Amino acid sequence: MTSLSRDDVAKLAGLARIEMSDEELVALSNEFTVILDAVARVQEVAGEDVAATSHPLPLRNVFRPDVVIPSLSPQDALSGAPAQEEQRFRVPQILGEE
Amino acid sequence: MIRNSASEMASKLASGDVTSVQLTQAHLDQIAAVDKQVHAFLHIDTEGALAQAAAVDLKRKNGDKLSPLAGVPLALKDVMTQKGIPTTCGSKILEGWRPPYDSTVVANLKKNDIVILGKTNMDEFAMGSSTENSAYGPTHNPWDLSRIPGGSGGGSAAALAAFEAPLAIGTDTGGSIRQPAAVTGTVGVKPTYGGVSRFGLVAFSSSLDQAGPCARTVLDAALLHEAIAGHDPKDSTSINAPVPAVVAAAKAGNVKGMKIGVVKELNGDGYQPGVRKRFEESLELLAAAGAEIVEVSAPNFEYALAAYYLIAPSECSSNLARFDAMRYGLRVGDVEGASAESVMNLTREVGFGREVKRRIILGTYALSSGYYDAYYGSAQKVRTLITQDFNKAFEIADVLVSPTCPTTAFKIGEKADDPLAMYLNDIATIPVNMAGIGGMSLPSGVADEDGLPVGFQIMAPVMKDERMYSVGASLEASLLSKWGAPLLSTIPALAGSK
Repeated sequence: MTSLSRDDVAKLAGLARIEMSDEELVALSNEFTVILDAVARVQEVAGEDVAATSHPLPLRNVFRPDVVIPSLSPQDALSGAPAQEEQRFRVPQILGEE
Repeated sequence: MIRNSASEMASKLASGDVTSVQLTQAHLDQIAAVDKQVHAFLHIDTEGALAQAAAVDLKRKNGDKLSPLAGVPLALKDVMTQKGIPTTCGSKILEGWRPPYDSTVVANLKKNDIVILGKTNMDEFAMGSSTENSAYGPTHNPWDLSRIPGGSGGGSAAALAAFEAPLAIGTDTGGSIRQPAAVTGTVGVKPTYGGVSRFGLVAFSSSLDQAGPCARTVLDAALLHEAIAGHDPKDSTSINAPVPAVVAAAKAGNVKGMKIGVVKELNGDGYQPGVRKRFEESLELLAAAGAEIVEVSAPNFEYALAAYYLIAPSECSSNLARFDAMRYGLRVGDVEGASAESVMNLTREVGFGREVKRRIILGTYALSSGYYDAYYGSAQKVRTLITQDFNKAFEIADVLVSPTCPTTAFKIGEKADDPLAMYLNDIATIPVNMAGIGGMSLPSGVADEDGLPVGFQIMAPVMKDERMYSVGASLEASLLSKWGAPLLSTIPALAGSK
């Protein structure tokens, strides 16, 4: 049985950039005990000799001629911006953190 | 008129019996009359739809050459971008966002002059099987308003069953087109992965997501399939090959000499008796129409659900990282001195619902150092085994069949607090996505015990989508002659319905 403690979930939530209340962390940690048990079944058949499939198609790099085509106007590109300034996205401070 | 099939509507448009403006208005009136009860739509574009209809009427008057579905209305799942029209994916994090571009599916619909009525409700970011995970409230099944319409594309399926639209677009990552079709008595098709462009489809799980047609008849689905499918240079996973001849197959509906494989593992324990009975009956009809029924085994399918609930959350944890409150969508906590990281954390706390958070955290765990091989890596190996099972089965049979879902529609709220029970809905639909092949669900009747619709699933090899339409059209014709009228003619009337 795999289980995730409240603190484990808090760490994952931090990595996923989601603030979570204590109540939510505890609830998720309880649910994960059940969910992880169910999904861990994949290990029963995933032997050394089985190749992994990451995608249904045999993906190859695709090339095309480098042709100039119209792109979004600055106005369109900024149309959904939560905040903008001087035709740019205005974002909160990203430097000066630890 | 709104109860006609899309092809019947198209004939009436072509002969001048009705205009697209009249047809579109009739559907807008039906939406106004019943959608308060059904809640299939998140946004109705009255002005845009009528303008598009007027434009196609003018083209017809001028004698322009038009596509087969020109002027017929359609409902669009709210996961597809349409320029200038709100696109929420059922999430608060995208409330009010109007995309600055059209998805390729929408561009193809417009090119074919198919009239877009509005955007349909869905589980948030397509994560769910009941549409209860929409941040804007659940959609109700028109067969019984206390029940779920399936998910994630419950809005699109319910709109068809409530005669609010004759056509709809869905997307299917683990069954989100087929399961709603099954529980609402409609037709839904997940094409081969790469058959329809994903450009402008807001990504949930990129290696599994596929858009496809939803309709009330197999032929209507085929016509819509051909309208939206084809290679797209904007999607590097789009298959560069001719679109399978699905309309011709749906028109012929011929199964003589075809081998139809019944998947032993997708029937039996856990499947409702009424679901099994309708399935057996459909097999008899296909045999009577000249198909040979054989049994096939796919021993690794029992691991598909577990693998899916590792692969899809892993990919979603990466895809949904783009909702970072910087360039579009919701932004919370942007006060003087707040860091970008704290704004991101607070926005995602408020913007995402419970199921989306659950899957992002699960995916983050499955991809994290030390657990990657045991979870995500093992799930990818199961994906290989499932594909091998399909390959072996398709050596014996031309198509594979099963019930689409283990049960008929359950009550709203019944499984909301039990994620694992909810996930079990998708047990028969998930293998198709894992292998990237095509799958269709069409109605096979109602279950004796509850009078609710049952779906029949057909699966076909990569880019052999036309086989699903041959079998689907044959079964549909046999059932129609048995019933005397389409299944949806027996649906209880909604209050105020036209």
